[in-house]
Amino acid sequence: MRIRPWQTLIVIVLLSLAAIWVDLPGQRLDPFGWKRNITVRQGLDLQGGIQLVLQARPPAGTVVTQEVLEGTRDTIERRVNGLGVSEPVIQTRGNDQILVELPGFQDPERAVRVLQRTALLEIIDTQGQFLPVGTIVNTTAGPAPEANATPTPTAGTATPTASATAASSAAAGATPQATTTPGATPTPEATATPSGPVYETIITGADLKDAYPTTDQFGNLVVGFELKPEAADRFYQYTSTHIGQPMSIVVDKQVINTATIRDAIRDRGIIQGLSAQEVRDLALQLKSGALAVPLEVVQSRTVGPTLGQDSIQKSIIAGLVGLGLVALFMILYYRLPGVISVIALLLYTAYVFALFKLIPVVLTLPGIAGFILSIGMAVDANVLIFARIREELRLGRPIARAIEEGFNHAWPSIRDSNISTMISCMILFWFGRYVGATIIQGFALTLFIGVAVSMFTAIVVTRTFLRLLLTRPFFRDVRWYGIAPSQVATAQATGD
Amino acid sequence: MLDLVGKRYYWFLLSFLVIVPGLISLAVHGLRLSIDFTGGSLWELRMSRPVQPGEVRQVLAQHGIDDAIVQTADNNVVLIRMRELKEGSPEKNQLAQALRDTFGDFTELRLESVGPTLGIAIRNRAIAAVALTTLGILGYIAWAFRNTNNPFLYGIAAIIAMLHDVAVVVGIFSILGWLRGVEVDALFVTALLTVIGFSVHDTIVVFDRIRENLARRAAPTFEEIVNYSLVQTLVRSLNTSLTVVFTLLALYLFGGETIRTFVLALLIGIISGTYSSIFNASQIVVVWENRELHRLFARLRGQHAPA
Repeated sequence: MRIRPWQTLIVIVLLSLAAIWVDLPGQRLDPFGWKRNITVRQGLDLQGGIQLVLQARPPAGTVVTQEVLEGTRDTIERRVNGLGVSEPVIQTRGNDQILVELPGFQDPERAVRVLQRTALLEIIDTQGQFLPVGTIVNTTAGPAPEANATPTPTAGTATPTASATAASSAAAGATPQATTTPGATPTPEATATPSGPVYETIITGADLKDAYPTTDQFGNLVVGFELKPEAADRFYQYTSTHIGQPMSIVVDKQVINTATIRDAIRDRGIIQGLSAQEVRDLALQLKSGALAVPLEVVQSRTVGPTLGQDSIQKSIIAGLVGLGLVALFMILYYRLPGVISVIALLLYTAYVFALFKLIPVVLTLPGIAGFILSIGMAVDANVLIFARIREELRLGRPIARAIEEGFNHAWPSIRDSNISTMISCMILFWFGRYVGATIIQGFALTLFIGVAVSMFTAIVVTRTFLRLLLTRPFFRDVRWYGIAPSQVATAQATGD
Repeated sequence: MLDLVGKRYYWFLLSFLVIVPGLISLAVHGLRLSIDFTGGSLWELRMSRPVQPGEVRQVLAQHGIDDAIVQTADNNVVLIRMRELKEGSPEKNQLAQALRDTFGDFTELRLESVGPTLGIAIRNRAIAAVALTTLGILGYIAWAFRNTNNPFLYGIAAIIAMLHDVAVVVGIFSILGWLRGVEVDALFVTALLTVIGFSVHDTIVVFDRIRENLARRAAPTFEEIVNYSLVQTLVRSLNTSLTVVFTLLALYLFGGETIRTFVLALLIGIISGTYSSIFNASQIVVVWENRELHRLFARLRGQHAPA
């Protein structure tokens, strides 16, 4: 059961229409809204944005388990979602790293601040002292990872020993550097353990039911929080017995607010004294939970949007010029088959872009280069086939026969050579994940797709067009194939 | 018919003439590694007025950074390479403020920072990636040519041709690094892996023809079969390379600054890959089949014996 060329042609036409439909920008020709979620995703280097590699820095003597890393990743993910970035990438890398990409986000400092801060909230008993904002304190609570969020431990135990437990040494590792503006400093590499008394923690972030930006009675933006029921009872007991005494709110061991208790408080409170953005960020951090392990930024890549826009325009020009030159060359050199290969090349472009949108491929600058490079490689299959067809024609074969032979002989080369390129693409993809996620992976992926699709267009599309045109007697003259009749071997139809 | 195989030692000589200066430069100067592999920061700023690199260096030196490399480009763009400057750190804020105080406001085009340990990890990864690709392709060729007498012969010849192309690209970039300060970064590794894929891609097409002509006994000797196969595939090799070179040239000329060295590495590698597939890979197979090295050594021994 032979598939007839015109049947293949119908398939090609349908495929091409579908691809062109997908390629059309926006919601054009889309009555059912199927294309709403199909868009070209632009990588960091094209639309600007930030990429961070965060390295877990566990306190001395502890190891980062896969669970802790996953937990930290989840916390980071919640925080990123709170930042309102449209298509973030958050993945763990190796044993102790987290990769974050925030395409389109333009405030790197804020990103670092929001993501890196442990956000361990504590409300501490200051033992009657009025602690100034910015003071670094020792407390009884550790970094309280979400896993052990049972809110019973620290409350009630009077002045426990400050060292010994893993929790308190971890707390020391997470201690931020002292500065006066709360929230403005991320928490890295603090080494100095604050000396002085160890204050008792009454409430930790794990006791929170919710945190949100709100306003106080004077209209100032503050962080409002609600406590879980069991913590609320404890809080009520404490505040009702300490009226008139100061109480401090501490984030990452740094005092951000100290107030005098005026009334017994049960389940709601506010944190004052922060700027508008600090309020939003702190609420986000508290809501997302504390990081299970302190993080340090070991790699960052910030690309401004102007650089990206410039690159896109230049790449489009380069792509069009490249496509034009290849088309011109193919037509001049191979004549009729050349024209057909140009049609195949245009369809190739339509298919590849449709796949980019459907998969979806994150388009990066090297990715565009990969695609443009694949244009050159895509015609290679056609060049191989046409070169073979010419040879067969020169041997005096009839055209129909020459075309079939040309395809059959060219196929092993096309297959073997393209597979070697695909092998290097796969290893590149692996390498790319480690170096700069989307930037190099984009190249590997676009080149891989390009090579795969080019095999399809060369074998199916070009062959179908040639077979269909052949049936027209008009095209049987060898001159259509760029050969002078005198070059054809005189031993006509010698068979095989 | 063109006699390509007969002149094989001239082709080898030409390859050596291209590769040797690069290898000498590599031995003497090495490669100029970018922050991707060493750690450090690359800070690109667009100032509101033209500035001199010296002025910028002076401001940086006042803040304890005295080994920064500062370059200027069109549109008041300043490129600063220095030790790691962390995004969001107080140090960065101080530096930005100092630059603002001296030169007025500026736009931050990009800041890339890599920690030193991560840089070394990426460098190892790059080496591993090149090694893995080599092994993967060697394995595939051996499998694809499993029906020939000596499948590994083709694999090894293809790998030698590929290493030739790697040596050409790396050597030229070592010279460029020395003369023009061109740096080797992660994108360069990407280009290198692509060149490896392309080089083998090109070689396989020729080998495929040799395999076919061997089966058909198209010529009396192995040497002639290889030559015949080369002549048959010559036009195709040149045409394919030409189309790829067209597209890459377009990218090089119109594609923008950011990927220019990346495209240059691809361009050099593709041209070298075409050369090596025609003039090296298949010719190595001939040298091997004829046991020419063997005979050379035998002759050398023969000359030594009487003395």
